[in-house]
Amino acid sequence: MSTTTAPAPVAPIVTSTKTPDPLRAKRRRKLAQWGFLAPAVVFMLLFFGYPLVRNVVMSFQDYSPSTFFTGKAPFNGFDNWKNVFQNDLFGKALLQTILFTIGSLIGQFCIGLALAVFFTKRFPLNGVLRSLILLPWLVPMVVSGIVWRRILDQDTGVLNSFLGIFGVGDTPWLTSTSMALVSVVLVNIWIGIPFNMVILYGGLQEVPKELYEAAALDGASAWRTFRSITLPLLKPVITVVLVLGFMSTVKILDLILALTDGGPADSTQTLGTLTYQNSFVSLDFGAGAVVGNILILISAVFAVFYLRANRNEGK
Amino acid sequence: MTASSPDGLRHRRRRRNRRVIVPLTVVSAIVAGTALSGCGQQRDDNVYTVLNSSTDDSYHGWDAATLSRCSKKLGVTIEQQSVPAAQVMTKSLRMASSKSLPDIIQFDGSEMPTFAETGGLKDLEKLGVATDDIPRGILDYGSYKGTYYGAARTVNTLALFYNKDILNKAGLEVPTTWSEMQESAKKLTQGSRYGVALSAGGAEDGVYQFTPFMWSNGGSETDLGSKQVVEALDYWKALLKDGSLSKSTVNWTQADVNDQFMAGNAAMMINGPWQVETLNTKKGLNWGIAQIPVPEAGDDSVGPLGGGMLTIPDIGDTVREKTSARIINCMTSEQEEITYALNSWMIPANQKAADTWRKKVPELSSLADQVATARSRTAKLGAGWSSVSLALQSAFQAALTGQSSESVLKHAQQRVESGN
Repeated sequence: MSTTTAPAPVAPIVTSTKTPDPLRAKRRRKLAQWGFLAPAVVFMLLFFGYPLVRNVVMSFQDYSPSTFFTGKAPFNGFDNWKNVFQNDLFGKALLQTILFTIGSLIGQFCIGLALAVFFTKRFPLNGVLRSLILLPWLVPMVVSGIVWRRILDQDTGVLNSFLGIFGVGDTPWLTSTSMALVSVVLVNIWIGIPFNMVILYGGLQEVPKELYEAAALDGASAWRTFRSITLPLLKPVITVVLVLGFMSTVKILDLILALTDGGPADSTQTLGTLTYQNSFVSLDFGAGAVVGNILILISAVFAVFYLRANRNEGK
Repeated sequence: MTASSPDGLRHRRRRRNRRVIVPLTVVSAIVAGTALSGCGQQRDDNVYTVLNSSTDDSYHGWDAATLSRCSKKLGVTIEQQSVPAAQVMTKSLRMASSKSLPDIIQFDGSEMPTFAETGGLKDLEKLGVATDDIPRGILDYGSYKGTYYGAARTVNTLALFYNKDILNKAGLEVPTTWSEMQESAKKLTQGSRYGVALSAGGAEDGVYQFTPFMWSNGGSETDLGSKQVVEALDYWKALLKDGSLSKSTVNWTQADVNDQFMAGNAAMMINGPWQVETLNTKKGLNWGIAQIPVPEAGDDSVGPLGGGMLTIPDIGDTVREKTSARIINCMTSEQEEITYALNSWMIPANQKAADTWRKKVPELSSLADQVATARSRTAKLGAGWSSVSLALQSAFQAALTGQSSESVLKHAQQRVESGN
């Protein structure tokens, strides 16, 4: 006891000189809170706020290669926007982005959910198989793209040789304008399955086992159990998976560049590749910014959904 | 204890707070400061930088050797900074805006006009870069609106590569005209092997490969809807229809074409000398090289002129820029050009160097002939090339996947004219 009481006299001395002002202490605490927040705020402003605002401003400017030298980018009103909207390619890319996103999401989600439900059963090698399915997630997008381009090659690809065994003729996976988008969606589904499966599997672990026991006692069929217990209880997780999936799918770029370069004949151009093409191939940064802004806007709408879903989950 | 220790604790906590707040604030201020100020202009008097796209090990090594020889000769230190080819332009532009441009930038021929148009490049002749013994065509290749901005060390073009064994076995001569090529390709197409391979991918690779067909037939990039261009595209379509050309061609880059040729899946291919290094890694592959066939016997085979060119960006320091010019003179000296050309299988830009080179590698002389008539993609259009290139790739892909050549090329020309 003596050791703990020893410093006691020191404290009153300090407090006597500094604590009489509770307002000051409060202010200091406030300052401390802001001190901790400051790095995050500075980081957000620098790396999210600044580029975002810059991108919006840029879409109203005539931003050409000379701008980098002169620093001059005259404002040109809605010229960039008009040019982008009048271009046939924009409508095409928008439609293809929608098809790509919806197709990918449905495929990834359904297969991911089916696998997640499957793995809740106990069977030998469950863990090993589950980790094997994670593999596509570990492979960088560009690598997947390049490997799949070889697999899907019409003449020398493995897939067509394999299908040939069953008498299925040469499928022009990436070389036909009507087929290429479907192929790109299929590859993206393959890439997205692990993410969906892992998150949904995690959600399934949260569903109380007793409910299933009760359902079994009531004699509910498997489908009925799934519909009335699994799905409703999984709803918050499903929202999160779909919204996150949407945001990562809608801005697709690397996969398409590696698989088809937007071709053949622009049949796999999306808003992502169009931004890239405008900014880095044509060096028309204003037009690139317009398409980029549209993408940000679309994502922002879904980000709001995501935040709301998360908040509801918190309650 | 209950009375005293909370006070002590609070006191200690407060002190800790301050101990944390100060560094945190300082750190965020430093981060903000450095990020805002960017990379300022900090040049070492005796160190010169060359920005290039030699990211391949071998190319990086050859360049490093050249630069170290020139460093010794000129008494300065020359460093190279290599980024992927597609990033040279954007990296240079970023460096321009942060006023940290390198001393020398090696641009691809199709990109130089875009950079020159911004006014960011220096007139090489004024800075003292030698132009003796450089053929007119290559001087034009390095010029934009009459000013010489880019000095090429070596140039390249496309040629017809053929598998000697396969042609010999079939008893066929190397084709020289379109009809000969079409016939030979048809005969050589057997089993999983195609007669000919080329890249019609949706990027510059495909456009580069289309130009010799378009130009040898008298077509021009300024009039994509013309009869000559339509005929050239119809020729590609005919090869595809015969089955001599794989349908995957619309999805192949030039490197893919090379892989197919090496694997024996194609008897002939259109490709460039930069593939030779890889080709030679395949033992037992007996290949030859010839000029790209022409529409009718007697026509000129006009290929595209390619290759990097050394430019001096405007850094606002004439003394330094003059030294950069001396570095370019060293890099383009006869001996350096020959060394680089022999390593990389390209053709020296300097006429005297090219003559020596021809004697050393007679098997590649058809490449040198092809270069003599080759044309620059940007000679007519300058910075406007990129929009023509985009319209053209979309057009030939649409034609090869089923649409009529005439309508897609007319549409492409409209697209170029409307600026979309």
